Amino acid sequence: MNLFIQLMINGLIVGALYGVVAMCFVLIYKASQVVNFAQGEFLLIGAWVCWWLLTKQHLPFIWGFLISLAFMTLFGVLIQIVVLRPLIGEPVISVIMVTVGLSIFFQALMKWMFGVFAQPFPKIFAVTSVNILGLPVQSVYVMSLGVSLLIMLGFGYFFKFTRMGLAMRATAYNQTVAASLGISVKQVFALAWGISAMVSTVAGVVVGVVNGVSSGLSGYGLKVFPASILGGLDSIIGGLVGGILVGLMENLANFFDSQYLHWGNLYDVVPYYVMIVILMVKPYGLFGTEDIERV
Amino acid sequence: MSSVGMRPCGDYKTDYGRDQTIFETTTARNFVIAGIVLACLMPLVADRYVLSLMIQIGYLGIAALGLNILVGFTGQISIGHAAFFGFGAFTSAYLNNHFAIPVFFCIPLAGLATAVVGFAFGLPAARIKGLYLAIATLAAQYILEDFFARSYWFTGGPSGSIAQPFTLFGFSFDSDRSYFYVVLAYTIVAYLLATNLMRSRDGRALVAVRDHYLSAEMMGINLTKYRTLSFAIAAFLAGIGGALYAHYLSVVSSEGFNLLLSVQFLAMVIIGGLGSILGSLLGTVFMVLLPEAMDAGTRALSGTWIDTALGLKDNVVFLRDMAIGAVIIGFLIFEPDGLAHRWRQIKAYWKLYPFSY
Repeated sequence: MNLFIQLMINGLIVGALYGVVAMCFVLIYKASQVVNFAQGEFLLIGAWVCWWLLTKQHLPFIWGFLISLAFMTLFGVLIQIVVLRPLIGEPVISVIMVTVGLSIFFQALMKWMFGVFAQPFPKIFAVTSVNILGLPVQSVYVMSLGVSLLIMLGFGYFFKFTRMGLAMRATAYNQTVAASLGISVKQVFALAWGISAMVSTVAGVVVGVVNGVSSGLSGYGLKVFPASILGGLDSIIGGLVGGILVGLMENLANFFDSQYLHWGNLYDVVPYYVMIVILMVKPYGLFGTEDIERV
Repeated sequence: MSSVGMRPCGDYKTDYGRDQTIFETTTARNFVIAGIVLACLMPLVADRYVLSLMIQIGYLGIAALGLNILVGFTGQISIGHAAFFGFGAFTSAYLNNHFAIPVFFCIPLAGLATAVVGFAFGLPAARIKGLYLAIATLAAQYILEDFFARSYWFTGGPSGSIAQPFTLFGFSFDSDRSYFYVVLAYTIVAYLLATNLMRSRDGRALVAVRDHYLSAEMMGINLTKYRTLSFAIAAFLAGIGGALYAHYLSVVSSEGFNLLLSVQFLAMVIIGGLGSILGSLLGTVFMVLLPEAMDAGTRALSGTWIDTALGLKDNVVFLRDMAIGAVIIGFLIFEPDGLAHRWRQIKAYWKLYPFSY
């Protein structure tokens, strides 16, 4: 039972991170109708940049972190302008493939620049673990949960109360109408990519602090798909809920696998099975817009 | 994809027969025949290395053709093609090892078995499209990969499974030189079948589903049938390609059929030209030769300052992956219709020479 609770807490924390990444993914999808297969690479690049600043340039954590955030925002905007903008109006397959190409390219580039081995972050916290419900939980995890919550609140505020957030929502709703009301759709696209890359970096750094930075980080980009399909591809809240559900699901599968079934590797595939079922039964997910077409 | 049906001006067809011929001109037909004859003579002159490259082009080209029918002609997206390729490879080896079916029959049977699996994963395609489909096929990739890693009875686990060489009437095609003809025969048949498919009602229905599925449905095309059919055809060809791969390498292990291979298949199709039969082959040639060209470049540069600065020898794997990614991005931005389009332009140039209009 103890193991069960431990796994559920793990699931919640990892799930919150999935949720954050899924939110970034949904943000790009909502704003610019691009399914971003390179979302995981945003985490990867952000984490590596932060790691490089901390260990090679010996910056204090806060500065390294902020500089990598700024860098990644620029990076996201640049990717949108250089690679995605020429493809506006091309078929879906081209846009998907270009992000797949980006993912392959940057994954290899990162391996080339930083090697294939996981590198640990320098120690950031004095206390390594705290007690929650009588269970030891690493303080990084607590921080990550806190950071995730902060990001979510930030997203909520941004979309609800700021001018730019409103412009983004308008663009997501209908590009043509938004453009005719004087919203610069190009700016919105670029900004969406910038924000998405930045927030992904936060997630990347958190995971990097916990597990070390390695190319495995880009796997988070693929976990986003079950999460956002579960929650609904065009719902930011959905991405969040879906992420947490996927995190819980993985750990639940892991629990049953290790305790009863002993099939092995269930942890990795269960989200995909669930995703297939969701796609068959309720393709628009829990919170997505029901897109009904009748002929 | 837009210019696939593009015809130069002054190209008037007066009857349906002429519109549907496989080869538009006798020159085109003669070229293809000459190409096949040339390919048949290749084993006499080429060394083992060139032959192995050509065999690779053959079996990958068959699988890429399947993907092009799915992605280029029907407009369905699949990111799980490598898994089907792998399934074909394992099935052929399994049938041969456990039921003692001759390899000659195993290869088409593997194709059929893969088609059934493709059909099963294509079923969601009846309900979903576009992005959702891409994600569903991503799930297919992971589920099949997990299946390969899990089922020792089928794949032989980490050590892989042994595939016997191709035999016919007691003659064993176990050298590159002889196996080349097997692959060549399969490639020719697959490409002829695909070309013929595209001339038939079914082929045109697939294109109609791609171009405007609502109009297609109104014209009496059964969307569900053609979407799943397209998945089955794609998986069938992938299975054939995979089986040929298995009996060429004679050992199949489950690691190779990952997402990267799926992406490479997609890259072949995109580089060659979506919705072009010839393009599938051109794209495959490009993708097979790309790493070879990079290796050659690395060898040529070894010892120079570029080599020492970049550490080429240790990093050529990463550079190859980067090149694949960069090539995909570059083609999509600068030449979205692929090499087939370039080829059409070259043809048009010579047809109209010396006047450009």
